[in-house]
Amino acid sequence: MERILTRWLDIPDLRRLDVYEAHGGYKALRKALFDMKPEEIINEVKASNLRGRGGAAFPTGVKWSFIPKDSKKPVYVCCNADESEPGTFANRYQLENDPHGIIEGILITCRAVGAHTCYVYLRGEFNLQKRRLDEAIAEARAKGYVGPDVMGSGFGVEIYTHRGAGAYICGEETGLLESLEGKRAYPRNRPPFPAIQGAFGCPTVVNNVETLTNVPHIITRGADWYKSIGPEKSPGPKLFCLSGHVNKPGLYELPMGYPLKDLIYEVGGGILGGKKLKGVIPGGSSFPVFTAEEAVKVAMDFDSVRAAGSLMGTAGVMVMNEDTCMVDALKTIAHFYHHESCGQCTPCREGCGWIEKLLTDLEAGRGRMEDLEILIDAATNMEGNTVCVLADSLSMPVKSFVPKYRDEFEAHVRLGRCPFRDVHGEPAEKSHAAAAAAR
Amino acid sequence: MPKVTIDGREIDAPEGVNLIQAAERAGIEIPHYCYHPGLSIVGNCRMCLVEVEKAPKLQIACNTRVADGMVVHTKSERTIRAQKAVLEFLLINHPIDCPVCDQAGECKLQDYYMDYDAQASRFPLGKKNKKGKAIDVGSGVMLDQERCVLCARCTRFFDEITHTSELAIFQRGDHCEVDTYPGHKVDNKYAGNVVDICPVGALTEKDFRFRMRVWYLHRTPSVCAGCERGCSIDVYHHRGRIYRYKPRHNPAVNGYWMCDEGRHGFPALQNETRLTAPLVQDKDRLVPEGWAPALRRLASRILESGNAHGANSIGAVIGAQSTNEEAFALKHLMLDTLGSERVATVSWSPAGASGDDELLLRANKNPNTRGLAALGLPAHGLDALADAVAAGELKILIVMRADLVRMLGEEEFVRRFGALDYMVVLDTDANETCQMANQVLPIAAYPEIEGSFTNFQGRVQRLHQAFPPPGQALPAIEALARLGHALDGGARPSAAKDVFAQMADAEAGFRGLTLEALGPDGAELTGLRP
Ligand SMILES: Cc1cc2nc3c(=O)[nH]c(=O)nc-3n(C[C@H](O)[C@H](O)[C@H](O)COP(=O)(O)O)c2cc1C
Ligand code: SF4
Ligand code: SF4
Ligand code: SF4
Ligand code: FES
Repeated sequence: MERILTRWLDIPDLRRLDVYEAHGGYKALRKALFDMKPEEIINEVKASNLRGRGGAAFPTGVKWSFIPKDSKKPVYVCCNADESEPGTFANRYQLENDPHGIIEGILITCRAVGAHTCYVYLRGEFNLQKRRLDEAIAEARAKGYVGPDVMGSGFGVEIYTHRGAGAYICGEETGLLESLEGKRAYPRNRPPFPAIQGAFGCPTVVNNVETLTNVPHIITRGADWYKSIGPEKSPGPKLFCLSGHVNKPGLYELPMGYPLKDLIYEVGGGILGGKKLKGVIPGGSSFPVFTAEEAVKVAMDFDSVRAAGSLMGTAGVMVMNEDTCMVDALKTIAHFYHHESCGQCTPCREGCGWIEKLLTDLEAGRGRMEDLEILIDAATNMEGNTVCVLADSLSMPVKSFVPKYRDEFEAHVRLGRCPFRDVHGEPAEKSHAAAAAAR
Repeated sequence: MPKVTIDGREIDAPEGVNLIQAAERAGIEIPHYCYHPGLSIVGNCRMCLVEVEKAPKLQIACNTRVADGMVVHTKSERTIRAQKAVLEFLLINHPIDCPVCDQAGECKLQDYYMDYDAQASRFPLGKKNKKGKAIDVGSGVMLDQERCVLCARCTRFFDEITHTSELAIFQRGDHCEVDTYPGHKVDNKYAGNVVDICPVGALTEKDFRFRMRVWYLHRTPSVCAGCERGCSIDVYHHRGRIYRYKPRHNPAVNGYWMCDEGRHGFPALQNETRLTAPLVQDKDRLVPEGWAPALRRLASRILESGNAHGANSIGAVIGAQSTNEEAFALKHLMLDTLGSERVATVSWSPAGASGDDELLLRANKNPNTRGLAALGLPAHGLDALADAVAAGELKILIVMRADLVRMLGEEEFVRRFGALDYMVVLDTDANETCQMANQVLPIAAYPEIEGSFTNFQGRVQRLHQAFPPPGQALPAIEALARLGHALDGGARPSAAKDVFAQMADAEAGFRGLTLEALGPDGAELTGLRP
């Protein structure tokens, strides 16, 4: 398949403006500025069925159309580059290698919604990535692509980059806006939605890096071309972040709807050490896990994954082989959400910690059978009752791991220890090796 | 008006109110922690989750405005499950210090647990997170981080009401804690309000803690006498002692708040210096006597002087600490009974007192300056009285609730008023002026009487008697009625409502008002009313 989003693999130095332009860069922007009305840009993106890559899969064109047309206040575009979902590492490569692709996407989006300012919110650790993006913005500004008069069109856009201080919750779009405004990243209650009251109380579009990089291609090649890639309702090229127990983990660009089985066994080169597959989380850690049997039947697009009982989220595909202790895996996930819960709302603040404590005890063999019910109960009580969906992001793994791998959870209780470890607490594999060596 | 149906009852709710307020109108409680009508909405506690038909998820009532046709269930299975869940979550890391917690008895966590949860804990005691306890954050506020439910009411109060932002929430997740910024403390004239709005025992008042279990306290609505704002308050008392003041909501005067000066004003009312019996000068001492001899003595001095030197040989000073009724009664006595025109008022604030600010505090520390003006009494007039003393015309001075010696300084007082033949003081405390008096009559402090103050906006607000005055002290209007009787044998009303009625007849500003009809928010002076 032709590489669209990862062209840097074919084109050295794509991050440089001259190279980017030599390969057709900024043509889409020119088209959007001079040949299309803002309404037409929005309609084209709507027609393309592009859906947000940040996790929620919301139709991008529809989101843009919520921005009031005659807003008396300024409109803002925010590019979400906080990329902090576990197992997710697409945006960082894009920022490093294709910053102009992002800038072009931003500029077209600004044109579409009538924004003259874009803030790029980068995760705190994105040092190199911010530098690359800043360099590219400087180049684009020097060329008159960013600034008060983009390409002489009279339409001005300023792009500011802002690095967070390292909190997962800053990626949640309203937490991002609060943080951008200089406040603690407490997600906001909705309504009002950012399209009506976003950054600084003004209408705001928040889009993920990857979402925005699809835009120039849609403008250049049209919605019909775009829809022809993958399933029509969930189309497009997609960046998959493959990690865990596979032989070739990494970032892969594949069409939407690509079979998960092929992603693991073909693209990913199969399970590490020739072991058996135990489970896959398809979308970053926030979503229900697939068992091996479920996983091999799933096509990787938003609707298919949802139909199969999970969500594709960020397409951070985490593969776990038969040696994985699923109690331990869930405990690790719980630790993350406990650590990252902003602590604003009661169910998430208290629930995440409770769940981690329960899992810590279970994993250490100190759990009780009734804890399994409490886990499900606590997770259920968090779900849907909070300000943002971080709570659901722990609830969903809990509510899938526990029933799907119940025998493992029960074994921990029955044995009073982790079955994947020996009586000394060493990983079982290691103790086999030690025993073999001793023999 | 949008019509909403809550638990099967149709309610007309004004546009813009949220579901908590709409339900309240129908007497339906939707439990809540973070929502406070005087603060912005944050929707973080999730205690107010309710089922709204057509919405897939439960909705927080605090952030849901009424809309016509909305159907809400506050007691459905889903709502109840959410309520129990939120309470269970809140209690996971809660220390449950109730036996030693000052909030016990008025704690929303206790109350809601009993009303909406009442199930055994599923969380082992030993695994609770530990946080700071008994932290003195400043301005008399004590913080217990373990008891905090992180509703952000206190932080919003300092952010939105005082704009000083002394408290903030630090850390994340269940490690979150309210605290001050490093090296800073709460330093704020309104800090006590955060104690009031804290729904649990996380913020308590240094002065109040461990002094009285709240269930022993009685609450009497009243008015703060700390300045001419006259914030509506509740007086909390037990066996004739006041333990605390809390602001009482009055949209026309103080909203939900009061200042700390006013809040901490009550100890002055229960000092050792309170007068409990009439006193009379005996050489260089004041000695107690009964009311009957005291009033006989005073009446005969007044009558003698009137006969010998004319009515204007008697004068009166009315302090702006006096109630409307007290001031009216003394004015009436002077003008109508005695026929003297020598009445002055004193509206004095000590040097160094706080000035006007943007929230509530007023530089004038008298609760009834405006009331005295509305009674047509002259502002000040002390100079005229002093001149009359100097001219040998003024012989007897009646001083009610005005500490002239403290105000003028002893030397100045003696220079101006030293030549008086006789001075009688009606006051609550043995102040410096009493020491110079020939007679002292002990009167009740304002939590001990019925009556009214008129605040600087012209709002007449009602005082209620919380408990009787100490010893033989009498409400000033009763003392004046008895004095009047001793002077002319005539009967005078001594109940506040009757004096008020007389005042409403005689004084244009009070026309049409009655004490009973003032209501909890008070009422504006006539002429101010449209
Ligand atoms: C806890 C949490 C963390 C999130 N983190 C990110 C993130 O790092 N990057 C991102 O693009 N979206 C993140 N999102 C999703 C955003 O809220 C939002 O849906 C997205 O930025 C919208 O862009 P899109 O429509 O282009 O996907 C997060 C959501 C939640 C609930
Ligand atoms: S759900 Fe969790 S992360 Fe989201 S606002 Fe509530 S406490 Fe914060
Ligand atoms: S805050 Fe309430 S529940 Fe907690 S210890 Fe105090 S009285 Fe008990
Ligand atoms: S200290 Fe009290 S008011 Fe402040 S956040 Fe905690 S519970 Fe709420
Ligand atoms: S009162 Fe509604 S969420 Fe707290």
